[in-house]
Amino acid sequence: MSLISVRDLTVKFATRERSVTAINNISFDLAKGERLGIVGESGAGKSITGFSLMNLLTAPGYIDTGEILFQGENIVGKSDSEMREIRGNRMAMIFQDPMVTLNPVLTIGQQMIETLRAHRKLSKSEAAQIAIMKLRQVYIPSPEERLNQYPHELSGGMRQRIIIAIALLLDPELIIADEPTTALDVTIQADIMELLLELCNSNKVGLILITHDLGVVSQMTDRTLVMYAGKIIEAGKTVEIINDPQHPYTQGLINALPQQTQPGQRLQQIPGNMPSLNEISAGCTFNPRCQYASEHCKTTMPEMVHYNDVSVACHEVNRLHNQTAKVNK
Amino acid sequence: MTKTQTGAPLLEMCHVKKEFVLDQSFLDTVKLRGGKITREKRAVHAVNNLSLSVQKGDALCVVGESGCGKSTVARLIAGLLKPTEGSIHFEGNRIDNRSRKQLLPVRKKMQMIFQNPYASLNPRMSIQQSLEEPVRYHMPSLSQYEIKDKVAEVMQSVGVDPSWATRYPHEFSGGQRQRIAIARALTVDPEFIIADEPISALDVSIQAQVLNLMLEAKEDRGLTYLFITHDLSVVEHFGTQVAVLYLGSVCELADTATLFENPKHPYTKALLSAVPQLSDDSPSHIRLKGEIPTPINLPNGCPFESRCAFANDRCKIEKPVPSKQPDGSLVACHAVEEDRLEN
Repeated sequence: MSLISVRDLTVKFATRERSVTAINNISFDLAKGERLGIVGESGAGKSITGFSLMNLLTAPGYIDTGEILFQGENIVGKSDSEMREIRGNRMAMIFQDPMVTLNPVLTIGQQMIETLRAHRKLSKSEAAQIAIMKLRQVYIPSPEERLNQYPHELSGGMRQRIIIAIALLLDPELIIADEPTTALDVTIQADIMELLLELCNSNKVGLILITHDLGVVSQMTDRTLVMYAGKIIEAGKTVEIINDPQHPYTQGLINALPQQTQPGQRLQQIPGNMPSLNEISAGCTFNPRCQYASEHCKTTMPEMVHYNDVSVACHEVNRLHNQTAKVNK
Repeated sequence: MTKTQTGAPLLEMCHVKKEFVLDQSFLDTVKLRGGKITREKRAVHAVNNLSLSVQKGDALCVVGESGCGKSTVARLIAGLLKPTEGSIHFEGNRIDNRSRKQLLPVRKKMQMIFQNPYASLNPRMSIQQSLEEPVRYHMPSLSQYEIKDKVAEVMQSVGVDPSWATRYPHEFSGGQRQRIAIARALTVDPEFIIADEPISALDVSIQAQVLNLMLEAKEDRGLTYLFITHDLSVVEHFGTQVAVLYLGSVCELADTATLFENPKHPYTKALLSAVPQLSDDSPSHIRLKGEIPTPINLPNGCPFESRCAFANDRCKIEKPVPSKQPDGSLVACHAVEEDRLEN
């Protein structure tokens, strides 16, 4: 049984006139201990997916249809008190900005001990022992002293480590990391990523890594979902997606990286912008920016089709595959 | 640093130092030390004895972690900050000691592009007004009609439809806003552009669009760039030279190709290895101990000593000076000098 399984999830945001679809009918699975990357540009629906999994969506956002099965149990529609049993305990989230996720008026120790005692029957000193052990796991030097320090006394990298330690406090089975290193320097980012990888491997924790950085995804994850305007447009093994992207958008994203072009040459760019959620057309959401777009793309939304190791939602890819299939016959 | 370049550099910084005094008021400076009351001022040493030069037509990239003084360098050159010591020359003339009024002709030749296009455009001015303002100010001889023409031409060149000029910044996306910010810098026909993290706030597909635009502008208008960034893959693509900053000092300065092929300073090596690559799936970066120290109490010796795997006693007490290497790069490192890096 997969750890988490998302089935036909649609998330909408209510506006005055009508509701806007932020996530449009997405499905994916995550096996126990597997690492999954979700990539896309801002506004693609990556973070909303993360929030939905934690059941953290607040008005005007709501889950319209679909279900999220966490170890076989549907968490859509669970009340806050029911969710509290799962959240933090069995799945935890790491947010982007370590400067704002820690409470500035509580010490590190208070925040960690509070979390532990909210879920387990522990004395303060027992909780402190566990907190120290977890801080040691994320290589925080002299953890006993850190417990009495406030977040502002620590650097950004150190804070993100503490957040990882807090996420691991109750030994969850799933960690959702939403752009965990975007606010950090490259050297610190490399450190944090290595740490996350190591902890996930040793504790058999499933990881959903939400990021816009394809380099990070290729180093960290087994499988990748590429999102565009609220839909999954390509999914599959990370190695396959990075080395042989099928969807024109994924190809564009990878080709736009400066590493892919000779220094001084023009970068290959994707023209235009991602459509705003208000103006999504009936056909393929990528068609206004796509070089292969045909009339068919403008009117019909492509379905996810499975080829070898990847699934792609693109009419052009389907056409090419049908062509080669015919030739082979 | 190609050896064919002759003549004076377009921009030159000589031994520039910038300190920001932390304890401004008298009471802040009074401290109790070992039972005695003393007066001391703390200061952030943002830039320490920095020398850089940019030749015409070059693109010098300044890279480093946050807090290493990259943005301070940009602001010093643009004249937004005055250096504590040292001098800055533009086209051979000293500019750091000028008054605002005397700086005006230099400002026309030197324009700045900032990181956040959401903050750098006035939300209450239409694009037309924002773009006209610098032209009016720097080219008072132009007529109203000529100004309009100029603005339309520049908007066209950055790929923003001139008919949108009456719109306000909030009606544009981030990428379009950054194009407009670039257009505003280009309206006065500058020779030198200081770009402070111009693409960090943008999405990958938009980054490529803006970088292409800046490369085009470089070719069409013969621009010279000082490009500040933390993204090394952009540097490799865009820069002709790279200066790696650490705690306000240059640790390595070299041609882009040389630096990426053969990085010498231990910090440069660590920085390059930390960039996530698409193709390798086993992260094998050089792990740095600790984090960048505070620029308030600078170490006496090499600023990188506390995180360097090759540090010895000499590094603790003596600050390395940049020295020329056989391939033309400048490296400030005792270990490189003594040739004890190759294990």
